[in-house]
Order: sequence, then structure tokens, then C-alpha cells
Amino acid sequence: MNPIAAVGRIAVSLLAEIGAISIFALRGAFAWATGPFYTREFLRAAHRIGFNSLPVVGLTAIFTGAALALNIYDGSARFNAETFLPQILSVSIVRELGPGFAALMVAGRSSSGMAAELGAMRVSDQIDAMSTLAVDPFKFLISPRILATTIMLPFIVVAADLIGILGGWLVAVYALDFEGATYIRNIDQFLTNDDVISGLIKAGVFGFLISVMGCYYGYRSRGGAQGVGGATRSAVVASAVAILASNYVMTSLFVGL
Amino acid sequence: MTGAPSKITIRGLRKSFGTKEVLRGIDLEIEKGGSLVIIGGSGTGKSVLLKCILGLVAPDDGEILIDGVNIQKISSHERMRRTREIGMLFQGSALFDSLKVWENVAFRLIYGEGRAGRTARARAIDCLAQVGLPKEVGDLAPAELSGGMQKRVALARAIAADPKVLFFDEPTAGLDPITADVINRLIIDRVKALGATAISITHDMHSAKRIADEIAMLHEGRIIWRGPASSVEASGNPYVDQFVNGRAEGPIKMSIKNR
Repeated sequence: MNPIAAVGRIAVSLLAEIGAISIFALRGAFAWATGPFYTREFLRAAHRIGFNSLPVVGLTAIFTGAALALNIYDGSARFNAETFLPQILSVSIVRELGPGFAALMVAGRSSSGMAAELGAMRVSDQIDAMSTLAVDPFKFLISPRILATTIMLPFIVVAADLIGILGGWLVAVYALDFEGATYIRNIDQFLTNDDVISGLIKAGVFGFLISVMGCYYGYRSRGGAQGVGGATRSAVVASAVAILASNYVMTSLFVGL
Repeated sequence: MTGAPSKITIRGLRKSFGTKEVLRGIDLEIEKGGSLVIIGGSGTGKSVLLKCILGLVAPDDGEILIDGVNIQKISSHERMRRTREIGMLFQGSALFDSLKVWENVAFRLIYGEGRAGRTARARAIDCLAQVGLPKEVGDLAPAELSGGMQKRVALARAIAADPKVLFFDEPTAGLDPITADVINRLIIDRVKALGATAISITHDMHSAKRIADEIAMLHEGRIIWRGPASSVEASGNPYVDQFVNGRAEGPIKMSIKNR
């Protein structure tokens, strides 16, 4: 086969997929606007995605903060800058690691969960059945999930930020002999609102991407158990790639470079 | 054709998936209040035909008229309103497993029409009674029910909004003969009570002969025979004969690939 044609074919199908996801995302994000809005579905999704993700996100955050504290201490010791540990750690967490790790954990948990649930509904004809019962699946299934994830992820990230900073604080105070109150005062004086807000904006975008990927691959899945398995895998991979790629774009916008 | 006005008219309907032509020009007319059963082997496009009429699959070519109105030429809102008259019983029942049985039956009333929970529940219990289920079943989860019971719940859900048209996709597939007969009887009963027009697809000949006024045979994407249910045994058509008598030898060859 002609290699150039093969590359072209891959590029075209990739663009077609991105186009299809974009159309799906727009339809899903705005389907509720023409009513009805299924409040109970929204709250259920918000509870499942937001509240139930907290333990795993919290665990990730505390270990990340703790390990980060050791790395920053060790690295900055090479040029005698250990005292800046609280500042570097807190800005890393609120701008980058809090949103990033929380989003990746939620992607693993919720994006796969949505893909599996919607996929199972698709292959057992439940989504078609919903249409025949005069309920738009985009309004009932997709919009509540996209809205709930987009709104809840910033709250999850606030928790991840606090717990991550706590993890760093524990290591700094109990292993590296920092003075606890000074440590917190340094963070308080150094960290700006923009640092935190930029992380929360990222979180909202990540939440949107996670739910779009989970819903898109689940909604489109075909062909029984194997199809649902494939949808789940695609959803997690696509979410992770979308999170990391959009993270770079947003970071470059926020730092103005 | 009799003089009764046709409820659903299909002209030249075509649909392909990739290179596979599933429907190759279907012409079909179903009169008001009639019960048509479409028979045909697996993968001959029976389900696709129903999904086209329901608006779940967009046809490539051809016309679908419901009450004389071409449903592709009207706004999606209007189409939604018209397809609302159609109730569908899915092959695998397709009950929502996250909801209780009564919520399944009342799904359209609660979420589609915004009816209050209490009136919807009363209506659901009424519909369950119509398919011979006690109201205690309403509080169970669909997964707790046997296949036959799930089918009954799905039938109750399909009739909950008093549809003018009912579609049945393999209503007896996977059921034991006794349960299948119960479902057949419920179908006949409910269709008559609603005065609805019914289209069923099946490859269960026993069921087809029970519920049909007329039988049509779909083969390789075309309707190759149609006649009164009583004449299906003596159709004189070798394809129909082979199917009705369930013989491996004959003009119909097994297709390797599913749709």
C-alpha cells in the first residue's frame, strides 16, 4: 500500500473522529437548554462523580504532596534553596498537580464508568428504547453527566489542593524539621488567587473532557461485551490524552508564553 | 389491499451499512388496525426496518409515511410528536436496569411528559395489571424478574401511553413455549383493546400465525411475499415454504456475516 495514502487515511479518520466528538460534545452540553432539565439525574451524577471520587483523589493527593516535598527539598538543596519548599510545593500543586492528578483519577474512575454504563445501555437497546418513550437520551443521559462532571471537578480539585498541601506539610514538619506555622504563613503570603483560579479553570475543562469522552465512547459502542470493553478503554485513553494536551495549552495561556 | 386507509406506507426504502446493503427497496403498506408480521431469517434487516420507521436509523433512500405524512420531510420536533404514537417492544425487553419496574412502565409519563409521580405510578400499576402482573412487581428491579416477566413489563411499558401503533421485535425469542403463548395472547389482546396497528417481526412461525392478520416475508432486503396469515402454509413461494417448514435445503442460503 502507498505509505503516503496510509498516513493520509489515518489523518483523515483522526480528524473525522475529532469532528464527531466535537459535535457530540456541543449537543451534549446544550441539549438540556431546550428543556426539560432532569435535575435528579444531574444530582445523581454529581454525587457519584463528585462525592464518591473524594477518597481516591484524596489518597492520590496526599501521597503526591508528600513525595513532591521530598523531591523539592532534595533538588533545591543543591543550590541552598530548601527554605522555598512551601512556596514551590504549593504553587506546583494548585496550578498543576492538584488538577492534573485529580482529573486523571476521575478519568480512570468516571470516564470508564460512564462508557461502561452507557455502552451496556446501548447494546441492550435501552438507549433506543428511551427514544421510543419520548425521552431524548442526550437530555436524560448525556447532559446531566457532562454538566455534573464539569461543575464537580473544580470542587474535587479544591479538596485535592488542600490535601496535597497537607501531605507536603506533614513531610516537611515531621521529616524535614520545618516549623509548621511558618510553613503555612509562607504559603499564605506567596500564593495568589490567580494560581488557584487557573487550576480550577483547568479542572472545569478537564471535567468537561472526561465526561464527553466517557459519554461519547459509551453512547457509540457496538457489538456486545467486547464492544463495551473497547469503549471503556477508548474513553480512558482519550480522556487522559485530552487532559494532558489541554493542560499544556491552558498552562501556556495562563503563564502568557 | 382493502379500502381501509393505510396507517403506515413505505416506498422504496433503502439502507446500507458500509458496503452491506441491508434494505434494498422495501415497499409496504399497513392498513389501520391491521396486524402484519414480517418473517425472515436472522440478519435480513427486519430490525433495521423497524428502526427506520421509528426514526432511530436514517434511511438512505425512500419514503416512510405515517398517516400519509412523510416523516423525513417534517421538522424533528414534529417527527418526535408523530413517532410518539408508536410503542415498541424490544427483543431483549430493554428495561432500564437502574429503575424499578413501575418507573420503567411509567418512564414516558414521568420523564417524557412530566407527569407527577403519583398519577404515573397509578397508571403503571394499571398497565402492569393489563399484562397480568400484580402491583407488588412494581417495586422490584428488572433484574429480579425472569425473562418472561421482563417481557410482560416491557409490553406494559410499550402500551402505557396508549399508542396507535405497536412494534414487536421478536416478542417470543428466548421464551419457553408456554410463556411465549402467554405473550402472544397478551399481544393480541392489547392490540385489540387499543385498536392499534401492529407490526411484528419474528422467526417464530407459531407466534407469527397466532398474532398476524397478514404475513410478509423479508429476504435479502426485499419483501418477496405477502398474504393472509392463513395462506402462509400454501404460499406457493419456495422461499416462504422453506422458511415456514424450517428446512435447511432450499433457495435460501445461510449468510455468513451478521448485519
